[in-house]
Amino acid sequence: MFPAKCDYYRATSAAEAIDLLGRHDNARLLAGGHSLIPMMKLRLCEPAALIDIGRLEELRGVSENDIGDNALRIGALSTHTEIATSETLRTRCSLLAEAARQIGDPQVRNKGTIGGNIAHADPASDLPAVLVALGATIHILGPNGERSIAAPSFFTDLLTTALEPNEIVTTIEVPVAPPGSGSAYLKVEHPASGYAVCGAAATMTIEGSSCTAASLAFNGVAATPVHAEAVTAALAGTAADDSAFRAAVDAHLEIAEPLGDLHASGEYRVALAKVYGRRALEKARDRALS
Amino acid sequence: MAVLGSSIKRREDPALITGEGKYIDDLTLPGMTWAAIVRSPHAHARIKSIDTSVAKKTVGVVAIFTGKDIADSEHGGVVPVGWLLPDLKTPAHPILAVDKVRHVGDGVAVVLAEDRYTAHDAAEQVEIDYEPLEAAVDPKAATEEGAALVHEEAPNNIAFDWELGDKEKTNSGFAAAAHTVALDLRNNRILPFAIEPRGCLAHYDKNRGLTLRMTSQNPHVHRLLLSLASIALPEHKIRVIAPEVGGGFGSKIHLYPDEAIVSWCAIRTGRPVKWIATRSEGSTTDAHGRDHVTHAELAIDGDGKISGLRADTHAAMGAYLSTFAPAVPTYLHGTLLSGQYDIPAIYVHVTGTFTNTAPVDAVRGAGRPEATFIVERLMDLGARAMGLDPAEFRRRNFVSADAFPYQTQVALAYDSGNYEPALDKALEIAGYAQLRADQENRRKSPGEDGGKLLGVGLSSYIEACGIAPSAVVGSLGAQAGLYESAKVRVHPTGSITVYTGSSAHGQGHETTFAQIVAEKLGVDIDAVDVIHGDTQEVQFGMGTYGSRSAAVGGSAIVRSIEKIIAKGTTIAAHLLEAAEGDIEFEKGEFRVKGVPGKAQSWGDVCLMAYLAHNLPEGLEPGLEETSFYDPANFTYPFGTHVAIVEVDPETGEVEILRYIAVDDCGNQINPMIVEGQVHGGLAYGIGQALWEEAVYNQAGQLTTATLLDYAMPKAHQLPSYETASTVTPCPHNPLGVKGIGEAGTIASPPAIVNAVCDALSPFGVTHLDMPLTPERIWRAIHPGEDA
Ligand SMILES: Cc1cc2nc3c(=O)[nH]c(=O)nc-3n(C[C@H](O)[C@H](O)[C@H](O)COP(=O)(O)OP(=O)(O)OC[C@H]3O[C@@H](n4cnc5c(N)ncnc54)[C@H](O)[C@@H]3O)c2cc1C
Repeated sequence: MFPAKCDYYRATSAAEAIDLLGRHDNARLLAGGHSLIPMMKLRLCEPAALIDIGRLEELRGVSENDIGDNALRIGALSTHTEIATSETLRTRCSLLAEAARQIGDPQVRNKGTIGGNIAHADPASDLPAVLVALGATIHILGPNGERSIAAPSFFTDLLTTALEPNEIVTTIEVPVAPPGSGSAYLKVEHPASGYAVCGAAATMTIEGSSCTAASLAFNGVAATPVHAEAVTAALAGTAADDSAFRAAVDAHLEIAEPLGDLHASGEYRVALAKVYGRRALEKARDRALS
Repeated sequence: MAVLGSSIKRREDPALITGEGKYIDDLTLPGMTWAAIVRSPHAHARIKSIDTSVAKKTVGVVAIFTGKDIADSEHGGVVPVGWLLPDLKTPAHPILAVDKVRHVGDGVAVVLAEDRYTAHDAAEQVEIDYEPLEAAVDPKAATEEGAALVHEEAPNNIAFDWELGDKEKTNSGFAAAAHTVALDLRNNRILPFAIEPRGCLAHYDKNRGLTLRMTSQNPHVHRLLLSLASIALPEHKIRVIAPEVGGGFGSKIHLYPDEAIVSWCAIRTGRPVKWIATRSEGSTTDAHGRDHVTHAELAIDGDGKISGLRADTHAAMGAYLSTFAPAVPTYLHGTLLSGQYDIPAIYVHVTGTFTNTAPVDAVRGAGRPEATFIVERLMDLGARAMGLDPAEFRRRNFVSADAFPYQTQVALAYDSGNYEPALDKALEIAGYAQLRADQENRRKSPGEDGGKLLGVGLSSYIEACGIAPSAVVGSLGAQAGLYESAKVRVHPTGSITVYTGSSAHGQGHETTFAQIVAEKLGVDIDAVDVIHGDTQEVQFGMGTYGSRSAAVGGSAIVRSIEKIIAKGTTIAAHLLEAAEGDIEFEKGEFRVKGVPGKAQSWGDVCLMAYLAHNLPEGLEPGLEETSFYDPANFTYPFGTHVAIVEVDPETGEVEILRYIAVDDCGNQINPMIVEGQVHGGLAYGIGQALWEEAVYNQAGQLTTATLLDYAMPKAHQLPSYETASTVTPCPHNPLGVKGIGEAGTIASPPAIVNAVCDALSPFGVTHLDMPLTPERIWRAIHPGEDA
């Protein structure tokens, strides 16, 4: 309830933020504050300095047009609401908009940012698996300049990412959904927190009645997003029907170390992933066909 | 249109919803300090030493005190128990722990600082050396051999051993029964979680004494207990004020150590002291609810008539006996075990046990939800055993409408009731026959409707509220009376201020009580104000809890109004030169019967009462009357609720499709407020059934102390309720009203669990403990299945 004392700096540019991070021990970036501040209030985290990047317009917004290679660019400081309501995303990368819409409540969505969400890397967050399923790329700026990481390599462990200290997420690049494709994000909410007990993100491209490409990833069931590549590999080129999905999920979905808590054990989460994975695939297919 | 019985909007709301309401945390006094209470992180430990030297050096710290400072002082006391049972063990409860802590959150020291951040920072610097001990956590296991002992004075952790009913008769009923069903259940521990945390602001002045503003449902009771036991100050030197209070649900009835600590600090330092619980601090220190482990059985004869019921319960008391804790699993629980049914023999045995957890006391419903859960679950099991529809089995066993007053086998005498019409109405709204047909169809061809399992659950509940009369509750161990007071002060110009001992904290008294006065005196409702919540303004009163306000507090107002009308009649008769017996009071006028135009208006009579220029000989001037209303009996609301749910067999997720509540609270003063109370109560009960549980692990750590883990119900998780009512007025109070605040909480847990168990019956599931988490249901459907 009462965070420990700390210093506060407001950065006026991404470069200044990186500079400030370098000059203060135990400094943390502050974006929407909707993961960091609750932790500080519980004194689970006591940074010595906060570097507020919340007003950096340069890190905000969704690109109207693709930036080449059929990709869209999303500033790290874009809020969940901006993403959920972006016309560009809703029409060209609806999976992300659909997931953002299911985050928390309106207040959380109005303040929380995509950059903060993935940098925090809560396994129960909604965006990580979505970015994995989409094959997104995370662009990062640090003292040594820019670099990029593919989403699956970004999430390395519970609350841990491939970000080096003093690095900052600047943009997230997502591919435009190809013609003939559909996607779906289905979420089982934790009754208390509203976070994902299991969140299933699926995309699928259909030609005729068969699946030519698909992807499937899960939030909430393991320390990092579970990328069910074996399941979708088995689906490629097969008839896109319910029984094929069921067979592929049952045979190929493996979750090595499932997370469990009071509300839902690891074993149960695996069972949920099988059901919701299948349902997400079905819904993605139905949308591809509609 | 009559004011009484109309759904006028709550007068208190405009201020509250525009942020004008002043709660404790909105109040500041000059020179005020902030208290932070240093609390035990251990469930059970010996305090070896406390070192405050580092903390005291923090800039801004005013003082730090420990339990020893309080124990050694003139004003230090203990936290008392307000309900005594025979042979009750009452180990001392110091206001700050001295040598031992007994639950996570037990107070050990208090830090006063110039601001709340400093207070909390310094609290972290207080160094306490603990020797951790084993913890007793489960109410039943705590009584078994080898369990850690919470108090030396209570062997086997038994606080009391209590029984009610005729054991022999019940056992022979069982011996002769054609069928018996049995149930082992755990009634999940819940947190009260009022939206406003507990808090207080104390100020001491040598001449005027102590002024304590606090989150209270009953300021006079708090003042009394503080004076008697916790702070050695005479009662008239303590003023307790409850400003706006943001919900209580029972948790703000009790006297906690915290208000005594804060008062003590204000006396000691001479500076005002404020303390507000943080959310997680509240979770570990507010008195919790439920936490029963029960074995119960029902005996049924060959015709489907119940021949006996028995129940054996272990009820957690927590680490210390909270204010009314001993009454909750006994007189508020055992006495309800007849439900709506004519049961010829009942026996209940309750063991109250100390555990290294937060105390357990009255939380919305208090004992009655636990009893109703037992009865209504047994009714479903009984119906199933008999191959009867659950509605039919209930109907067959109802106390019949002509049997009232009905003496149960567990002390209560129901004054009135009419159970079948409420059941019929609920079944009709639900479309019960069609639902059963749909269910049958779905079971025949699974896979349709997404393969979801349909379940219908009934709960025909009884509630006993407005507990009274005082002489009876006194004989059962209450250390207080359970009447209510009302002073009606008529001003010279005829407007009115009502002072009620029933201290509202969200219930709408300022509206409903004004409706009573406006109706009875024929004045505009805007001419009536209702004052409550300040021991200096209001005569002694008992407060708001146990769904008692309308039935007891409202009746007290009526009694005072009757006295006002009587005096007004005397004055009017004198002015009209008529006999008192010829005067009738109607629509704000004192009229001479049968003589049109011969009348005195309300305003003229009020004015004359105060001018006193022309009063009957010997009559005192003024128009102000006080009553203390002590009811003849409890009131007995009842009704039938129907829950219709769908269970996803693949995941165990439950969706409430519809929820129908038919309640009978007698005459309704304000149907909109009645409905609001039902809605809130349903959310409370459905929350307990599906999501909520305060979980202590083996070490006695509360693992659900924040809202990240403790699942309070949220609007989007709840269905749109369908409410209706029947009206069976209470025969013994002047308004014919009964309580409604707890009905929803009492009725809904078994309605939901019965519905889910009904949905799962093809899988042979007979009972599941609350909360019905999807995983619990999934495991019941897929026993032993490896994911
Ligand atoms: C009540 C509530 C409910 C919620 N429900 C959900 C939910 O259902 N699903 C869900 O996914 N999330 C949920 N959230 C979390 C929400 O989405 C957060 O907003 C988000 O996780 C963090 O984003 P932020 O902008 O608030 O980051 P902050 O809290 O400001 O920062 C979080 C962390 O990320 C770091 N950081 C922030 N921005 C960057 C950056 N650009 N580069 C590098 N590091 C950065 C910070 O230093 C900090 O360590 C909920 C939060 C709350 C309070």
